[in-house]
Amino acid sequence: MATTKELRGGAKWALSLNAWLVYFFFYAPIALLVVFSFSDDNLVGRWGGFTTRWYGEFLDNDGVQNALGNSIRVAILSTVISVVLGTMAGLSLERYRFRGSRMFDALLYLPVIVPDVTMAVMMLIFFTSLDDLIGLQITRGFSTITLSHIAFSISFVSIVVRARLAGMSETLEEAAQDLYATRWQTFRFVTLPLILPGIIGGALLALTLSLDDVVITQFVSGPGSTTLPVFVFSLIRRGVSPLINAVSVVMLAASAFLVLLSLLAQRSRGGSVT
Amino acid sequence: MTTAQTTELSPKNLSDANERNKRRQGFLMAFPAYAYLLIFFAFPLGIVVVYSFATRNRFGGTDLSDWNFDSYIRLNDEVLRNILFRSFTLALLTTVICLLVAYPFSYFLATRTPTIRNVLLVFVMIPFWSNFLVRNYAWRVLLGSDGPVSRLTELLGLGETRILFTPTAIVLGLVYGFLPFMILPLYASLERLDWSVLEAARDLGATGFQTLRKVTIPLSMPGVIAGSILVFIPSFGAFVTPEILGGGREVLLGSFIVSQFLEARNWPVGAATSTVLMAVMLASALLYFRKGGRTL
Amino acid sequence: MTDSGNTTAAVTISGITKRFGDVVAVDNIDLEIADGEFFAMLGPSGCGKTTTLRMIAGLEFPSEGSLKIFGDEVGTLPPNKRPVNTVFQNYALFPHMTVLDNVSFGLRMQSTKKREAASRAQEMLDLVQLGEMSARKPSQLSGGQQQRVALARALVNKPKVLLLDEPLGALDLKLRQEMQTELKSLQRNLGVSFVFVTHDQEEAMAMSDRIAVMNEGKLLQVGPPSEIYERPANRFVADFIGQTNLLDATVEDEDHIILTNGDRLRAPSPHRPGTSVAMSLRPEAISIGERGSTPAEHEATSLVGQVESVTYLGHAIDYVVKIGWIDLEVRGDATAGTRRFSAGDSVSVWWDRTSDWVVAD
Repeated sequence: MATTKELRGGAKWALSLNAWLVYFFFYAPIALLVVFSFSDDNLVGRWGGFTTRWYGEFLDNDGVQNALGNSIRVAILSTVISVVLGTMAGLSLERYRFRGSRMFDALLYLPVIVPDVTMAVMMLIFFTSLDDLIGLQITRGFSTITLSHIAFSISFVSIVVRARLAGMSETLEEAAQDLYATRWQTFRFVTLPLILPGIIGGALLALTLSLDDVVITQFVSGPGSTTLPVFVFSLIRRGVSPLINAVSVVMLAASAFLVLLSLLAQRSRGGSVT
Repeated sequence: MTTAQTTELSPKNLSDANERNKRRQGFLMAFPAYAYLLIFFAFPLGIVVVYSFATRNRFGGTDLSDWNFDSYIRLNDEVLRNILFRSFTLALLTTVICLLVAYPFSYFLATRTPTIRNVLLVFVMIPFWSNFLVRNYAWRVLLGSDGPVSRLTELLGLGETRILFTPTAIVLGLVYGFLPFMILPLYASLERLDWSVLEAARDLGATGFQTLRKVTIPLSMPGVIAGSILVFIPSFGAFVTPEILGGGREVLLGSFIVSQFLEARNWPVGAATSTVLMAVMLASALLYFRKGGRTL
Repeated sequence: MTDSGNTTAAVTISGITKRFGDVVAVDNIDLEIADGEFFAMLGPSGCGKTTTLRMIAGLEFPSEGSLKIFGDEVGTLPPNKRPVNTVFQNYALFPHMTVLDNVSFGLRMQSTKKREAASRAQEMLDLVQLGEMSARKPSQLSGGQQQRVALARALVNKPKVLLLDEPLGALDLKLRQEMQTELKSLQRNLGVSFVFVTHDQEEAMAMSDRIAVMNEGKLLQVGPPSEIYERPANRFVADFIGQTNLLDATVEDEDHIILTNGDRLRAPSPHRPGTSVAMSLRPEAISIGERGSTPAEHEATSLVGQVESVTYLGHAIDYVVKIGWIDLEVRGDATAGTRRFSAGDSVSVWWDRTSDWVVAD
């Protein structure tokens, strides 16, 4: 390729220094957090010898365990529903035109760009007015959190699925039909296997978003029904403790695991789909 | 012209029927998501706007029958103006710092060989996917009064570092949180760049700096705009970072809105502030779609 | 022509029109493709040839008209219910399936038992000399091999008509010529009609029994290659098929036309006096000689001019001869001993009375 890509002398040196500093900036705090989670000291940022007692406390703490359970339940249910709805929406928008499809397109993008504080406000007022206006009472907790998470996850799933579909020529589906496949068989044997990496990618994104959300969940959760991030957030606001270090490291490990999964899904994308 | 007597089997009718069928099928597939978003997104969005015109009653509840612009007029209060200004400044500062750090970084990334590039990119993706709250918390640990950063500066004879619970810490946390949002679109646009254009510029006598200013930067503008918007919007409405690293002392827009709902119980003012935030966001998004690509 | 004869046409298209919104992609065409015929649809991109093919395949439905395959109306039958198969432009092989699974796909969809489908697919792969490749993925094959897989995948279903959409477009020149011969012999052995869409007129000429020339959604001419080449129906066909000189002229009487520079030529045409026409004259049909050397029998089809430029091609020499303000391309002989001309030479050009052809606009 081009030779000007390679800069000379000082500029080149500064460019790589900047890059390594950025990586240091990204990873040093995380690395130190992991280190301190094994520190036998009641202060969060001081080394007091090796211990795993904070992880033991993580396992014993009822509040943490309860929140963790909630988080996992909410994440799985909201992911399953948003993957089904989002995939159907993505397929429809990429392959069909109907009256109102452009408005739907715009509506699908909105949850992605609305700041989470705004979305939190929206959901809070919405669930309150359901009670005020039509007398429908939904207990704040698992159901309200899940309903809210689905509302923002659908959009992300459908965007990822659409990107995958857009890269896949419609001719493949036509070829299947030309070879005597019915609409359903075309979907089952051609479309679905080819967009599966996109669906998996969308699902992992939905899972991550649900497991990470603090603000929206905080607004719509009820007593005793918070998720792990909200629980941790309220702990931090009351004051830091080495227990939070341990919980944080567990959450980071979960994130890293999901990244790994999504990379594997990407790798299985196979040959170019033209 | 088709007449009323045209048989059902005429190709014209069948062709139209097929089109109609396809449209119906498309609509039915989109319907569940469409309905869900109408009920759980569009409708709530509408109610927020309605609430922003309502009045707070004596008990902290909201009176929907009294419509007025009071909440918006209150946005012009000195206190709120300061909050808006402060949030705007911090978000802008965050965006500029991210841009200055991410541009050379993405340039570096885009000029590596494909194999190295992919590995380096994975190490950007990991923080991108990692829990935002936890990553901000890490800085709380680092910057604490007896944390490692303070210890290091003391060791170097610079004295204790006291930046926790200051605007500096907030900007640091925001940059740390949103830097990947700047890097990824910038990298995408630089990676697509036709490098022979740069050679052409050099060939025509431009210096390295002139090439950068007149060719590289203009060509990567979509990435610059996309990245800036992706950093600016969440920074402007940030709530978690200021709470953890600002200690709630420096009241910003996000914290203000939250407190209107969870503490002050002045929903109309909170709703009005949210509406303004949403308007800023929509304006930026429109700018993005006009100038940039479609990818997020 | 109607299908009143004792043989039924493979494809009968009558009064077919296809509109996409306000755009008329195919404009009221009638066409009959005989059983066992190698039929080409030729035209520039966007002329409606691919849309016509897609309508036969069932991938588009006509807005108006009737479409029959072996006498059965199929106008709006979905593609999976038609006895035709398609070789797509970029092959459209399923990237996630092996070559064998690709080829047996059609059989499996028609509920053929798995083992039988696999063995028939393997046979077909052997036939196109790809028997060894059956376990590979399409991305591991070369362009030429992918093309054969696409062919096998369609033919294994024993279609009554095989549709090919620019099947050789993505191949390089040498491979394309090989495939032309192969396709032609395959078609002859199978005895199935091939309907072949291309924008390459040489390809169409080399392979087809009959060619349909289309432009802007309209069917301009249908006939054997020689007829299309020698007796083009109008100016567009004359210009599109091969290289030709199109000399603008006006009809004087039934035997003569007058060129725009005033020269009068003998050229019979059915058009009324005063009609503006063009005379198509192939460069290789024109002879060139020193001024005044025109043989007596060609006097009526001769012009005088000056050599403007000379291009040496090895096997031939291309001259541009200026006659008044008309540029005439002439392909001259380059064999040893033939008189060669240089720019500026005064020359006579002439041609046989049967090799010109008058077309209307």
